[in-house]
Amino acid sequence: MVQAYSCEFVLAGHDDDQPADEDVLKALAPRFSWMPGGRPGTVRRAWLDTFDWRLHAAGLTLEHITGAGPGELALTGPDGERLVARPGRVTWPALAGALPDGLVRARLRPVTGVRALLPVIRGVSAVRNLRVLNADDKTVAWVTLDVLSVSYPVTADLPTRLRVTAVRGYQAQAERVVQLLAGTPGVTPEPLPLLDAALAAAGRRRGDYTGRFDVRLTAATPARAAVTAILLHALGTLEANVAGTIRGVDTEFLHDLRVAVRRTRSVLKLVGGVLPAELAQKFRPEFKWLGDLTTPTRDLDVYLLKYADMAAALVAATPEELRPFHAHLTRSRAAERRRLVRGLRSQRFSRLIGEWRAALEGLAATAQGPSAAELAAERIRRTHRRVLRQGRAITTSSPPESLHDLRKRCKELRYLLESFASLHDPATHRRAVKELKGLQDCLGEFQDCQVQQHEIRMFAAQMMSDRDVPATALLAMGELAAQVGLRELQARSQFAGRFEDFASAQNEQRFRTLATGATP
Amino acid sequence: MKIFATYNIKGGVGKTSTAVSLSHLAACDGLRVLLWDLDPQGAASFVFRIRPRVKGGGKALIKGSREMEEAIKGTDFENLDLLPADFTYRNLDLMLDATKKPTRRLAQLLGPLAAEYDVIFLDCPPSISLLSESVLHAADTLLVPLIPTTLSVRTLDQLTEFIAGFDGHRPDVLAFFSMIDRRKRLHMEIAERLPKERADVASTVIPALSLIERMAVERAPVTVFAPRSRAAQCYAALWAEVRARFL
Repeated sequence: MVQAYSCEFVLAGHDDDQPADEDVLKALAPRFSWMPGGRPGTVRRAWLDTFDWRLHAAGLTLEHITGAGPGELALTGPDGERLVARPGRVTWPALAGALPDGLVRARLRPVTGVRALLPVIRGVSAVRNLRVLNADDKTVAWVTLDVLSVSYPVTADLPTRLRVTAVRGYQAQAERVVQLLAGTPGVTPEPLPLLDAALAAAGRRRGDYTGRFDVRLTAATPARAAVTAILLHALGTLEANVAGTIRGVDTEFLHDLRVAVRRTRSVLKLVGGVLPAELAQKFRPEFKWLGDLTTPTRDLDVYLLKYADMAAALVAATPEELRPFHAHLTRSRAAERRRLVRGLRSQRFSRLIGEWRAALEGLAATAQGPSAAELAAERIRRTHRRVLRQGRAITTSSPPESLHDLRKRCKELRYLLESFASLHDPATHRRAVKELKGLQDCLGEFQDCQVQQHEIRMFAAQMMSDRDVPATALLAMGELAAQVGLRELQARSQFAGRFEDFASAQNEQRFRTLATGATP
Repeated sequence: MKIFATYNIKGGVGKTSTAVSLSHLAACDGLRVLLWDLDPQGAASFVFRIRPRVKGGGKALIKGSREMEEAIKGTDFENLDLLPADFTYRNLDLMLDATKKPTRRLAQLLGPLAAEYDVIFLDCPPSISLLSESVLHAADTLLVPLIPTTLSVRTLDQLTEFIAGFDGHRPDVLAFFSMIDRRKRLHMEIAERLPKERADVASTVIPALSLIERMAVERAPVTVFAPRSRAAQCYAALWAEVRARFL
């Protein structure tokens, strides 16, 4: 597909200084004339992305335009490829799967995954299209005058934007049009796309939130300053995800919020010693409360996210027979979510967040004590040693609790590695995390299966006592429990191999490198 | 992608008017349309106000040294592009003859455009030549405008017999009466009788109307400058019939 040549300008200046459209267009004469290309109109626009900018990361831009006609969802790719769909009545936020079947949905779904699409900018554009004509009165270019008033997340009027788009095969003439306009007073080339200009007006930029933990430290940073920066970053992530969790936009808000809480707790436990003692004492129980508050809803989210796969894997029972279980999960999740939302709206929560931020921001800087590199090296070494010691002690007859404990140590090691990642050689860090992740996945699967089996039994008991439940549903749940049991056995049998990989001499050397040589 | 060719050995029977009008109507239906003005006179290009010139001429296109995509021009209408005429097209026969499989060359050239267009119209010059043969092999459907005379019906028979002798791909043929003069009894008789007798003759007829000739004056399809006129309605009916039969 040949992409149309296009160039954008803004009519510069504020209000009175902004040149009139007609004066600007006079610059085209005598080589070109111009005429209206349809009636001026007003369109409502919403640019959409996931909260963590997955479309942006994939080079995609999604815009929902509604005017007099049916709404249009335009997806633009990195190479300018444009796909258009008519989404009908759609209320944002929405999952890509909720859009009508078609190319746009097919392109969006694998990118967005479980994340909902939500407006990043909303506004109204007054649009006027003009045809630029050559001596044969043939349209060689379109000029679009677009005045966008942003209504979300702030209100702001952007300067008139003038876009020249070549008609196919007339690029040379369109370039001449651009040259003529560029020489006109008050007309300034605008390289920034309209979305970015609107985001800038709102004090934002594309990709300004990511679920990844990214704190830049230097080896010489005092340990206290480093730990404070790590905790403040985690707090920022936590705060950013509260509104989305309360609204129930998608399940990842709660997931990211929980990760931030867990990271905070782990950092307080493992390296919180460099902070004033009373700080950890005061806040650790509160973050435990917050973590516990979020667990039931997240567990049910995981169940529901995996439900379709679990139902599809049934052999003796049918997915239809498992429906009452789904209904029970949905009801339970709704009840747990209400409890969670109450907690997140409580004074206890807002006091915790407010006081925690004030405490972190109020910490006096001190050059005393170890550096970030020294602290990281010592804690990574110690935690790595613990993981190896506990892992080596596990045999085929060890109780499940020993694997659970090891899982917790692995998580702590992972948080330490991620928190101090900026101090390490990226390649060594990546490989060490990869081996650790392999072990964590196996331990995670083992524990998830244990918990799920326990929960299936608990749910079955609840369903029996709550209301009439068909015997077929209980039988289907029994099969489900058996399948989970098989998965658990599989994970248990894989453990030795995974641990062997993690404890290999090569990987130990990597950890030694991480624990001794933080890059300055 | 469907390829339609407006074709007749005779000139002045309404091939260009049909190609211009139907391509515009197809684009109005939301189909992505390309019209290739193969006639060196460049009448279709003129109607769309596009200069009849292709860089490198027909030779560059036929040889493949110039990409077809680069020669395409956007018309003033959404979804409708045009590959302009060029005066060198008068020698397309010779250019085709210099290729390995001259009768298959147009089909080869048009193949890569399938991703970009739903429909291609070929507006052919009046002749029977190597170019015509290449068009007949490339097209899915021939749209044959006929003046309702006994001789023109005989020409249609000759054309269908010629196509029947093709190996492999044979285009469908749909003839339709064009430039019908209601004052001529012979015109009316043939135009009424033949569609009933032959499946390859459309029931829609295009009358001889001055508005159709005005396309060259207005330099736009009649469906644009007189969309409610009888001429526009007749072309709309013809397009509906073509679409129902072949798309």
